Amino acid sequence: MTGKTRLLPFLLLAVSAAAVACSHKPPATTPTPTGPNQDSINAENARRDSIARAEAARRDSIARAQADADKMRNGRDAATKALTQVIYFDFDSDALKDDARSTLDAKIGILNSNPGVKLRVGGNTDERGSDEYNLALGQRRAAAAKRYLTDHGIAGDRIDIISYGEERPVATGHDESSWSQNRRDEFEITAGADQIKGAP
Amino acid sequence: MQQTQRLITCAALAACLGVPARATAQQQDTTRGVRIGLTYQPGTKPGVVVFPVSGAGGDSLQAIVQRDFDYGDRIEVIDGDAVQQTAKQQAAKNAIDFTVWKSLSAAAVVQISVMGSTAHVNVYDVAAKKVAASHDVQVSGSPTAENWRMSVHAMADQIEQWITGVHGIAATRILYVRGNRIYVIDSDGFGEHPVSEPGTVLAPAWSPDGRTIAFSELVRGGWNIVIRDVATGREHSVTATPGGLNITPAFSPDGQSLCYAHGEENGTDLYMVSASGSGSGRRVTVGRGTDNVSPTFSPDGARLAFTSGRAGHPEVYTSDVDGSNVALLTPFNFGDQNYRSNPDWSPDGRLIAFQSQLDGRFQIMTITLRDQTVKQLTSEGINEDPTWAPDGRHLAFTSSRTGVKEIFVLDAESGRARQLTHDAGARLAAWSHSTGAP
Repeated sequence: MTGKTRLLPFLLLAVSAAAVACSHKPPATTPTPTGPNQDSINAENARRDSIARAEAARRDSIARAQADADKMRNGRDAATKALTQVIYFDFDSDALKDDARSTLDAKIGILNSNPGVKLRVGGNTDERGSDEYNLALGQRRAAAAKRYLTDHGIAGDRIDIISYGEERPVATGHDESSWSQNRRDEFEITAGADQIKGAP
Repeated sequence: MQQTQRLITCAALAACLGVPARATAQQQDTTRGVRIGLTYQPGTKPGVVVFPVSGAGGDSLQAIVQRDFDYGDRIEVIDGDAVQQTAKQQAAKNAIDFTVWKSLSAAAVVQISVMGSTAHVNVYDVAAKKVAASHDVQVSGSPTAENWRMSVHAMADQIEQWITGVHGIAATRILYVRGNRIYVIDSDGFGEHPVSEPGTVLAPAWSPDGRTIAFSELVRGGWNIVIRDVATGREHSVTATPGGLNITPAFSPDGQSLCYAHGEENGTDLYMVSASGSGSGRRVTVGRGTDNVSPTFSPDGARLAFTSGRAGHPEVYTSDVDGSNVALLTPFNFGDQNYRSNPDWSPDGRLIAFQSQLDGRFQIMTITLRDQTVKQLTSEGINEDPTWAPDGRHLAFTSSRTGVKEIFVLDAESGRARQLTHDAGARLAAWSHSTGAP
């Protein structure tokens, strides 16, 4: 009962408001036609053109900046990827294979154009062999990569080495397909990662 | 058809079981429950009867002593319900009837009674029908006391000496690595607990007195040698060769020096520092860019054996402690991809245990220093990292024979093996050097 009585005044208000809107309809006004003024048309066109030009220029500059940023990011991503690209070894060997040398060559260019960048080489082995001897073998693998880089002009203090032996496998199987993935040097960027530029 | 087949199978089974069952029954007609002729071979090891032990914790004390004798592989424990029944009656009458024990081919009878923290031990010589040894031995308080088991082991080792002339190895402990910690376990597989903080840790080693351990730990800049006081847990690092690789520590037998492998960019060589780890290091090996790791001292401390890759792939070499007089110990064939490593010098100085690859799988072998005779000790699974017990007869090593890595103990003389750890991934065992509760 109370709900209905409360609703009533609102309903009445709404009805009266509608009635007012209908009764006071304003008369339609039509603009007075005026003759074309060439000067004003020209001025308006010029104004529009200039806005369009400015907007195009702005769009272009944004696109250019975007493209530059993309290029830079792509360049940085590519450079980072190349710097951290893993190299692989044969069983019980620290000899750099041909593909490992090409991978290291790609790093040299980037290191040369990014003097602030430093790398840590982590040597790893497969699970075969002695756990302890594998630490020494991993050290030798890391040292082999460092030596290649320093022999090609990279300052020794930019390359740090560490051995993980067989303690950090990436593949945990017990066959050659796993072992070959684990006999590797990993490369970690330890300084200058945020300012890397792509190779020129 | 199926019914008939089943019946035939049942009949066949019964026939097979029938023969040994009758044989057992015949033996039990005379000496019920006594193990004779089946597992006990008189003449190879002295048979010993351990009497029920009176006093606090007597039952578990008796069980520990019996197990220690068994694991020691020098004594044949004669046991069983009938044996214990007879022993109990004789103990109650305080009269030992030697003819009974002689008929069971026992060489000795051991009688222990505990009063407080003193165990009175009588060892009887069965053939001579008299007391061969009578001593009071201290045990550490009640069976709930922390060192009680170890003090019982020490007593068992002492009794083994009275009977066989050789001190037992029950009161020893074994370090090993599992996951990210170093653990210690009693020689009988009890009391396992971690003795390092969590981290990437490898290659634990005991000091001769067992108070200190050393191991290598991965830190930001490389691997450190950490020296840790077992009782207090206090740790410090060896600082002689900071950075790079610092691994595989070994204490000299006099406890004065620590030898370990250090590597930077030009191979890994052995270095010697004081056992405290302070001061400067002295380089031992001249590897010329090769790897030299895993040193082990000869018992007189005058020589070292180690793994070296100087000839192209790893082999075991020996040298004087100053690095001179280097000699290849393990024979190898040119072009052989298999390698030999991880030597451990036996406490009697005669042998070096090492791991050798056969078709790419490591097995435990020994080689004599005198004439380089090689003996293969394992063949099941992959077996690595041997470490000698103080008796120079038992070895602990990593084995994958169960499908996962566990520490096993092997009697090099009889070939008997037992599993020491029961949690996957145990490796790099190091047996304590001294007996008597390190």
